[in-house]
Amino acid sequence: MYAFTLHRPSSVRQAANLLAKSEDAKLLAGGQTLIPTMKQRLASPASLIDLSLIEGLSGIELRGRSIVIGAMTRHAEVADSPVVQENLPALAELAGEIGDPHVRNMGTIGGSLANNDPNADYPAAALGLGATIVTNKRRIAADEFFTGMFETALGADEIVTKVMFPLPKKAAYVKFANPASRYALVGVLVSKRGREIRVAVTGAGANGVFRVTAFEEALQRRFGPKSLDGLSVPAAGLNSDIHGSAEYRAHLIGVLARRAVAAAAG
Amino acid sequence: MPAVSMTVNGKPVTADVDPRTLLVQFLREELRLTGTHVGCDTSQCGACVVHVNGRAIKSCTVFALQLEGAKVATIEGLANGDQLHPMQEAFRDNHGLQCGFCTPGMIMAAVDIVNRKGHDLDEHTIRSELEGNLCRCTGYHNIVKAIAAGARAMGSGAAVTQKAAE
Repeated sequence: MYAFTLHRPSSVRQAANLLAKSEDAKLLAGGQTLIPTMKQRLASPASLIDLSLIEGLSGIELRGRSIVIGAMTRHAEVADSPVVQENLPALAELAGEIGDPHVRNMGTIGGSLANNDPNADYPAAALGLGATIVTNKRRIAADEFFTGMFETALGADEIVTKVMFPLPKKAAYVKFANPASRYALVGVLVSKRGREIRVAVTGAGANGVFRVTAFEEALQRRFGPKSLDGLSVPAAGLNSDIHGSAEYRAHLIGVLARRAVAAAAG
Repeated sequence: MPAVSMTVNGKPVTADVDPRTLLVQFLREELRLTGTHVGCDTSQCGACVVHVNGRAIKSCTVFALQLEGAKVATIEGLANGDQLHPMQEAFRDNHGLQCGFCTPGMIMAAVDIVNRKGHDLDEHTIRSELEGNLCRCTGYHNIVKAIAAGARAMGSGAAVTQKAAE
């Protein structure tokens, strides 16, 4: 790993100032992606800005009909939270399937969303549940947040502070995990909130997480797995790698979407 | 170089470190606590698992400087003098190791499982909770048996104080 300077600001404002004035700085949240990436020299930031001393960036609360989760909240905290388990069990289960127990004790929701790994689970949660990502500057709807593989709408000195999940009537996440990494080969989150139905897919898209409008429209007519019979996602534009071809991933999307709808409807 | 202070196995330690220093390097090279192993160095194998403020983490994937003020517990802190911790004893009794390289991480992960899930652990729970710990010798079978037995022993009166694990 190349040398860097570590900053440990105590407020979001300080962190944003450091980010704005540093030439080549990266935010350090849980570090479970960034540190391995730095070890492999795929990233070599000149400075790291550690967010862990900033108070108020972590925690889970039910506010009206939303669950609000601080950006530095660890995956294990989301998975084990009685508030999340009771009001949005699909999100608790999703968080509990990320990586392994030790990684879940460090990794954060804000870090995962800002990284926007095309195989990560949280982007599917944010897009599939219609979350709002709150930063030090503004609120960004999940539909606008994810702009491409490892790319987001975040500006150069913008920091995710919390994520707001509106409570759905029904929701489920089903993933086909890579058996070694536990990243999603394909993961599908399905939700229904009022008239709004969302089907979000991670792991398969060449540009990261995406919605399947054809599935959503079919589910508008009737929210059941049979509504998706005969529907499929074209393989063109999906990822193809040693773990699975684009055709295989396209097939998985249909299978997992039906399972997720069945789980959500049940 | 910046300084870092933390408590390791109940003892306060302070040292100047290069910001690149990972916790596992700090433990092994600065403190000479070589029980914590570096296996894959890519956050997968779990040979480096230690407890930080009571929760199991991979010490190869955190910088020492991030742990200012933290309470760290390593495998060296588990035994009470010459008396092994019940989880260590269970690994010995159940032949839960062969080469032993993964064992420190396995035992620290096992104690963490007991802390979170209690003393009565079924096989499925143990196997799924071991997701982050790899062993290339045993086929896991005896590790699973050892953890179930160690968990029971930790719950019985025979358990020695686990001062370091808390």
